[in-house]
Amino acid sequence: MDFIGLLTDAGRELFAPTTAAFALAAIGLNFHFGMTGLLNMGHAGFMLLGMYGYAITVREIDKNGGQFLGLPVGPGATIVIGILVAIVLAALFGLLLGWPTLKLRGDYLAIVTIAAAEMVRFLGRSQSFKNLTGGSTGIRGTDFKGPFESLSPFPDRQVTVGPFTMHGSISTSWWLVVISWSVVAVAALLFWRLSRSPWGRVLKGVREDEDAVRSLGKNVYSYKMQALVLGGVIGALGGVLWSFGSAVAPDSMGRPTTFWIWTSLLLGGAATVLGPLLGSILFWTSLVLVKGLAAMFIPDSWLDPTELEPFSLMLVGVTLMVLVIFRPQGILGDRRELAINDR
Amino acid sequence: MTAKENLFAHVAATPGAAKLDPIIVAHGIRRSFGGLTAVDVEHLEVQRHAITALIGPNGAGKSTFFNLLTGFDKPQKGEWSFNGDSLQSHSPAKVARAGMVRTFQLTKALSRMTVIENMRLGATGQGGEGFFTALVPPLWRAKEAQISVKAEELLTRFKLIDKKDDFAGELSGGQRKLLEMARALMSDPEIVMLDEPMAGVNPALTESLLKHIVELREQGVTVLFVEHDMHMVRRISQWVVVMAEGRIIAEGPPETVMLNTAVQDAYLGAHHDTDLSEDLS
Repeated sequence: MDFIGLLTDAGRELFAPTTAAFALAAIGLNFHFGMTGLLNMGHAGFMLLGMYGYAITVREIDKNGGQFLGLPVGPGATIVIGILVAIVLAALFGLLLGWPTLKLRGDYLAIVTIAAAEMVRFLGRSQSFKNLTGGSTGIRGTDFKGPFESLSPFPDRQVTVGPFTMHGSISTSWWLVVISWSVVAVAALLFWRLSRSPWGRVLKGVREDEDAVRSLGKNVYSYKMQALVLGGVIGALGGVLWSFGSAVAPDSMGRPTTFWIWTSLLLGGAATVLGPLLGSILFWTSLVLVKGLAAMFIPDSWLDPTELEPFSLMLVGVTLMVLVIFRPQGILGDRRELAINDR
Repeated sequence: MTAKENLFAHVAATPGAAKLDPIIVAHGIRRSFGGLTAVDVEHLEVQRHAITALIGPNGAGKSTFFNLLTGFDKPQKGEWSFNGDSLQSHSPAKVARAGMVRTFQLTKALSRMTVIENMRLGATGQGGEGFFTALVPPLWRAKEAQISVKAEELLTRFKLIDKKDDFAGELSGGQRKLLEMARALMSDPEIVMLDEPMAGVNPALTESLLKHIVELREQGVTVLFVEHDMHMVRRISQWVVVMAEGRIIAEGPPETVMLNTAVQDAYLGAHHDTDLSEDLS
């Protein structure tokens, strides 16, 4: 493998749709943790629900000959309905998780979310729902990607921009790049707007001390629920973006995914507007770089090629640990916040 | 001090005494944790527009009683009202919105928010605290400006205006107490309940805290506060309620309440003046 090729691959991760999908999910988590202090350890569950909600809806409409509830719908309307289903599922999931746990201390939410996310994954891959979710093999991309790709204004062939070559409209395409980052931009704007509003102020108060906010006459439970649902819905949209470029596979949304999102968020800087974006970009780029360099310089006799992936993940993990130890506020975090972090 | 004479002139110095114009009336309040009865208050009335101190030795149930009145804890039985309206099974937030705002023994400044943001959070009636309204700044900007003016006035009064853009976590312990009190005033409460406002505050700041509490009364706010230090209590309160072992054992004006034998027994032990030398010999 040549060095230029590796740099190109790493450079591609800077703007890849998967990077955008993770950035979007990290923005959702930022509403939970950065703004409200909720410990959601099952973000991948929200993403997976979004993927299933979208993919299954679109596939079924397609199977029905382009009809939804007896009405003919075009590709645009099909996508909108799919996304709405994803949003509703994530919102219901958030309500269900928050209802028993948000009155308790934060740790309980962490325990419940991690278990609930695994439940979503196991239900998805179980044989009982094979007709709906495709079991452990998931849903093939060709079953639901049609409507999105058909709307592409870009050419139906490989397109080269600078050193990067991608298809114009299909799978991981320029079309998807444009849409993904537009959605991320809108979400970042939403975070910026809300974090500087009285609503965001109440959430930050909840993060700092719930009882103090209660004593000032705010309904803390309701605010925590709003944050949980909003962040979860954004996470689900991250899942939808992810599924635009690939198939739906339940095992790609397991616990590691949740921790990668956490890593991205903490790396970039929790509670900052651009932290999730920067964190996601750095995470994916460095992962590709480390993997490529390891393949180049470590001889096969030392490390089997199949071990490269876990090895590079481990290395990235160690690097991030070092970063979080020496710069816990993340790259974009406010230094002053550290000085007073007395807890 | 004429107001003082008028308000309490005809009030009997007995536990559960009726007041001229009570703002809080509590009756038969009982809270136990397992076998331990933390609070067992038969009757208490708190006079409007006055400073009432709630004192008692450690473990007397003062803070628990505070938590019960403000909705942070629920009693097994009992009823209590604020301005004649029952407050039973109200959430803390609802109690605060009704006009009864509290502070905490362990100060709860919101550390990683600026002082001015702490203050703004205390305001009520900001529609921008709703999710959808928050998305449209023109709907809440005017109110926000009003709130900010008020916040800065209060910060000036409490001498925190220089710190307004600092994080609350950067303030000293005493300044945090001041901030917490100022923040409680943002909602124009009818009564403020201060849980040990003087704890851990240096003597210089204690003076200004005392002054602020007296000012509150002058502006028509009722104050109920928990305190250990009898000296402070004597200086600013007009009426003192003494708790011990969960019960109210005495009430009265600060000058005379400490002379009550029940109070002395509670503070110093029932046998404090018994000569024990005989038993030893």
